[in-house]
Formats: sequence, C-alpha cells, structure tokens
Amino acid sequence: MKLLKETQALVGKEFTIEWRNKNMLFSLLLFSGGTAFIAYLSFYLKTKQITPITWNAILWILLLFNAIHGMGKSFSQEHYSRHFYYYYLAKPTAIYLSKLIYNTGLMLGLSLLSFLFFSTVFEIEIGNQIYFLLTLLCGAFGFSSTLTLVSAIASKASNSSTLMAILSIPVIIPLLLILIRLSNNAIDGISTAIMMKDIILLGAINMIIITVSFLLFPYLWRT
Amino acid sequence: MEKNKQHHFTIKDWGIGLLLACAVVGLLYAILGLGISVSYSIKGLLIIGELSVLSWAANRLGVWREFGIFLLLYTLIMGFLGEVPHLNIVNESIRNLYFHVCMWFSMIFLLIGSFYQAILFLKTGKLEHDIRSSEYTYMAILYGTLGIITGMIWAQFTWGKFWHGDPKQVATAIGLLMYFAYSILRGSFQDDSQRAKISAIYAIFCFPIFLVLIFVLPRMTPDSLHPGVGGNPGFGKYDLDDHMRLVFYPAILSWTILGAWIATIRIKTRLLYAQKNDII
Repeated sequence: MKLLKETQALVGKEFTIEWRNKNMLFSLLLFSGGTAFIAYLSFYLKTKQITPITWNAILWILLLFNAIHGMGKSFSQEHYSRHFYYYYLAKPTAIYLSKLIYNTGLMLGLSLLSFLFFSTVFEIEIGNQIYFLLTLLCGAFGFSSTLTLVSAIASKASNSSTLMAILSIPVIIPLLLILIRLSNNAIDGISTAIMMKDIILLGAINMIIITVSFLLFPYLWRT
Repeated sequence: MEKNKQHHFTIKDWGIGLLLACAVVGLLYAILGLGISVSYSIKGLLIIGELSVLSWAANRLGVWREFGIFLLLYTLIMGFLGEVPHLNIVNESIRNLYFHVCMWFSMIFLLIGSFYQAILFLKTGKLEHDIRSSEYTYMAILYGTLGIITGMIWAQFTWGKFWHGDPKQVATAIGLLMYFAYSILRGSFQDDSQRAKISAIYAIFCFPIFLVLIFVLPRMTPDSLHPGVGGNPGFGKYDLDDHMRLVFYPAILSWTILGAWIATIRIKTRLLYAQKNDII
C-alpha cells in the first residue's frame, strides 16, 4: 500500500500549493463569473430570455476552457527541477493518481461554482436537478482523466499553453458530446432509465482513457 | 519488407503479381457463387481468409507492389465499367463505394500500423519505429482527407449538400483534427528523441478515443443518413449485391497496399537520411 500512501501525501501537497498560491484558483473563478456575466448581458440585451439549449452550450464551453486553463498548469506550475525531486521520491503512477484526484477536485469545485453563477443570473428551470449534478460530476471526472495526460504531454514542449488547447480540444470532443446530450436531457427532465446507456458509455470511455494514461504516464515521466 | 534495398520490377515479379491478383478475383467469384445454402457470415469469413492468405503470399514472394498495381487497375476498370444495381437517387454515384469507403478502411489499417509502431518505439526506443509510426499516420491523414472529400462529393449528389452535419461526417472531421494536432505536436520539438517519445505517447493515447469517435458515437445517434445507422438499412441488405462485392473487397486491399507503398517509400528516404546524418 505504498502507492496509496504516496498518492495521499502528493494530493495533500497539491492542495497546499494551490491554497498558498491562490492566484490561479481565483483567476479561474473570476473567469467563470465574468463569462456568466457577459453571457447574461449579451443575451438579456433585448429579449430577456435564453433557451435552455443555449444556456447549456455556454455552460459547457465555459467549463471546457476552465478545464484547459486549470489543468494546463498542473505540470508546468512548479519549477522544472522539482520534478526531478519527485521523480526520485515517488512512483510515476502515484504522481499520476495524485494529479488526477486533485484535478477532479478542482474541476468539480469549478463546475459547481460556475453552475451556481449561471443559475443565479439566468432563470433556467432544470427538470431533474440531481441528474444534472450527476452529469457535472461525470464531466469533472471525464475532463480531468482526459486532460491530465494531455497537460503532461504539452508541458514537455516549449509552447505549452497553445499546444494544450490544440491537443485537448479534439480529444475532449467525444466526451463533451455525450455530456451535453446528458445535461440537455436533465434540463428537459427525461427519465433516468433512458439515459443509462449514455452514462455507461461515458464510464467506459473514462475507464479506457484512465487505463491508457496509467500505462503511458511512466514513459512520459521518465523523459 | 526489405530494408533500404531498391526494388526492381522484373518480368517474373509482374507475372507472379498478375497471377495472384487473378487468383483474388477468381476465388472471390467462386466464393460468392456458392449456393444459397451457405450463409453470408461463412462466405464473409472465407473471403477474409482468402484475401489475407493471398496478400500474405504476395508479401512473402516480394511482389506485393505488383499485386497491388494489378488490383488497383482491376478496381479502376471494373469500378467504372462493372455492373451496379440501379437505385433511386443514388444512381451511378454508388460507384463511389469503391473509393470513399475504401479510403476509410485503408485509413484504419494504416492507423493500426502506426499504433503498433508507436508501441514498439516505447518498448525498444529505436528511432526507426518512430519514423514508421509517423509516416503511417501522415498517410492515414491523407487518406482521411480524401475520404472526407469523396464523401462530401457523394453527399452533394445524394443528400443535397456538401456538408450535411451528419454524425459520421462530424466525427471523422474531429478525428482528423486529432491527427492534425499530432503533426503540430511533432513540429514543436527540436530534439529528435524527445519528439519521438512524446508523439508516440500521444498517438497511443489518441487511438482508442479515435476508435470510440468513429465507431461508437455515430451509432448512438438516430439522425444519421449513412447506411447501417439509426434504422437505415446497411449496404449489405439491399444495394451491395454480389457484382459490387466482387470489386469492393479487392478495392479495399488495393488502396491499402497503395497507401502502405507510399508510406514505405517515404520511410526509406527518411531512414537513409537519418543514417547519413548519424541520427540512428
């Protein structure tokens, strides 16, 4: 159980670093709030209404860019030489797991807060609240599982922030398509039984991505 | 496949290639001609077996290039002159099956090759595998682009629009975007071994997502116009009759061989360049 202990310590480290340097956290929050407000101002300019489908699309686009910004820094935030230190200290799988858990937590917090902002400025009736929150949870997990490895790949290159967006957008689209469909269904209040197929598919894709990343990360970490 | 040796097209090789190509068509004709009592799944298995044995033989005898050329000639001639079913709306554009669909098949085969070479690179660390992997991917990108263009032309004449927003069109466009990103990733490294390693990792990471994107997702949505999706009848049911199968299967094989050939030439030149500059 050395792996679990190492992971636990590393996750604690991630949260401590984030909390000490609140800069990024609050910039992401500001980004969410600002986007919600801009959307509010531009959609309520004339008609004072927004269709649920538009609301949903804007929310997911915001979450996507939040994820890309937030996770893009997960490997380039700390100084390069500190990675050597971790390399001697912990297993690569422990490092991957800690980043995955931390990113999931970060994404979950950000998506809940963005959802809060969006539902306060817009009046949108959500048919199945619990189901919508479940979709957000799945989304946070899916985003972090896909983007953790991509951010590790992008951090190796010199133009890492541009590369992060280029590499992650096509990779995330399959997940995003399913998520948008799920949350649309949740807004419409369609019964859960019909959507089980999509949820299982989402879980299967996540499992594949995590397994592949788990196998590939040690190779990447060694460079 | 021989390494860095120039291939000479001798009369003997042409003869063997022609013989094998004729064998492909002849056996296909024989298998399809089996009575109704033999079900289509058994026929399909027989056809797959026949094609793989004959192409293995062609590779073994070193005549896969000639074999491919003859099959390609057969595809082009029979593709435009052969008999096709007369259907509404689709009309003669059904001949695009020999080009459009084969592009996708060849692309998948090339991507499997690239995936395999990327795994080999991570295992062995030889730069040769990286060159192979990247060239197969580039060839797959070319085939994918051609597949989208042929598909768009077909869509214009059957569905009425070049870009129809069909789930399969969208999915393949995203899939291609993924591999365009791969080439950009390759371009952003100066160091050869670093580039090789990281692009191999990205290629392996992308491939399962790509498979989900083009095989699973379009099947889940009911609003596709492609055959075999969302309640539309598949090609096999009505319109792909035995006359078309006779051309379709050799066509897949020949386009794949052409792609592998172009990739092989490019791999050879890059390997020679690498050896000359002592990179490998």
